[in-house]
Amino acid sequence: MNFDFQWFINLFPIVLPALKLTIAISLVSLAFTLLLSIIISIVRYYKILGLYQFFGVYITFFRATPLVAQLFILYFGLPSVIPVLRSMTAFQATVIALTLNTASFMAEDLRAALESVDVGQLEACYSMGMTKYQTMKRVVLPQALVIALPSLVNRFIGIIKGSALGFTVGLADIMAKAKIEAALSLRFFEAYLCVTVIYLVLVIFVEKTQKLFKI
Amino acid sequence: MIKIEHLKAQFGEQIILKDINMQVSEGEVVVIIGPSGSGKSTFLRCFNFLVRPTEGNVTIDDFTIDVKTASKKDIHVLRQKTAMVFQNYNLLKNKTAIQNIMEPMITVQKKSKEEAEKIAIDLLKKVTLLEKRDSYPKEMSGGQQQRIGIARAMAVNANVILFDEPTSSLDPELVGEVLAVIKQLAAETKKTMLIVTHEMKFAKEVADKMIFLENGRIAEMGTPKEIFENCTNERIRNFVNKVAVNSMEAE
Repeated sequence: MNFDFQWFINLFPIVLPALKLTIAISLVSLAFTLLLSIIISIVRYYKILGLYQFFGVYITFFRATPLVAQLFILYFGLPSVIPVLRSMTAFQATVIALTLNTASFMAEDLRAALESVDVGQLEACYSMGMTKYQTMKRVVLPQALVIALPSLVNRFIGIIKGSALGFTVGLADIMAKAKIEAALSLRFFEAYLCVTVIYLVLVIFVEKTQKLFKI
Repeated sequence: MIKIEHLKAQFGEQIILKDINMQVSEGEVVVIIGPSGSGKSTFLRCFNFLVRPTEGNVTIDDFTIDVKTASKKDIHVLRQKTAMVFQNYNLLKNKTAIQNIMEPMITVQKKSKEEAEKIAIDLLKKVTLLEKRDSYPKEMSGGQQQRIGIARAMAVNANVILFDEPTSSLDPELVGEVLAVIKQLAAETKKTMLIVTHEMKFAKEVADKMIFLENGRIAEMGTPKEIFENCTNERIRNFVNKVAVNSMEAE
């Protein structure tokens, strides 16, 4: 068998420094995705006229098209039409694409969770004189986030893996490092196995954290 | 003081309440009875606009609103003048017993946390559940949850408390503890109470006035004695006696 185990092991110290970038993209994207999803899900929950339809179209578009196409349109396509976007870095483009893409799924997860909080509790809040805003912030959203947590973790795992697409726009993440090493040595199996193991360990770490908090 | 004039509630083609008029003085306890689907719950919910009536005037204390033109602000004022106890307790599931009671004081009355906690502890003592102060709703029995629900309604500090079938979803053996708390409140406080219930024995004991609602109209209004003993309307006599007999059989 033509598998150079020593080479495989030696590859980790070369690839791992780029892990910082993968983690940074994932965490930044997760933060923006959460924020955007909460806003969209509340708009969809209250069926706010105009915005409800707008986000409906947004969700359909971003769920129905591949992430890689969205990223290419954003990074290679749009700057040719909108000059301001030319200063966008590969990091920013990856974060924006990942955020817009994941939020289209997460917003629907969250909306379902918001709707699962029973109407009786809303009635109780309104009957006490609480406003819609207070009710959402203090009662509905905290319960919905707990209900939605398992699927939010799922989406986060999706973000981590999706960040691998950053290499297609020139981002030097672990995927890019592995690809370069593979091309130089022609040891494709070892190189891609190495990066696969890193993703696997990363996601197992997320799963363990999830278990730790019993969600 | 409560005054209802020409109240009507209609959803689509269906008319739930047809021209209801009544007046309740301060501190009076009014029990509303009637068959299922007669509009009892809807009627109660018109007082705090959980159901929006179609026509009529609602007056609580010195505040009158025309339901047709009621603004968000009007509804907000009305809701602060009333508190409600629900059939399914409707405690906030992400909050403990004491937090549930503190919630209206903190969010609506803008009381400080310390002050709200002090009042909440007093209310917990009143419903004899101080030991449950840090329990979440799912850790309590139905009867305990409802007693917290009543304490929370007291915390709203409204002159009018609306009880929407407060014991209907309780085990028969837990009904007593909740009714006892309501009875005690009716005796101790000067609050006006509107109670929808099927507990006839309780109604007889607690009510100053009873209303029999049928097909969206007040079919009869009077003292418990008038309703239970001297009622000339055979339909109502049959109803109250049947419910009374059923509940005795259940016991």
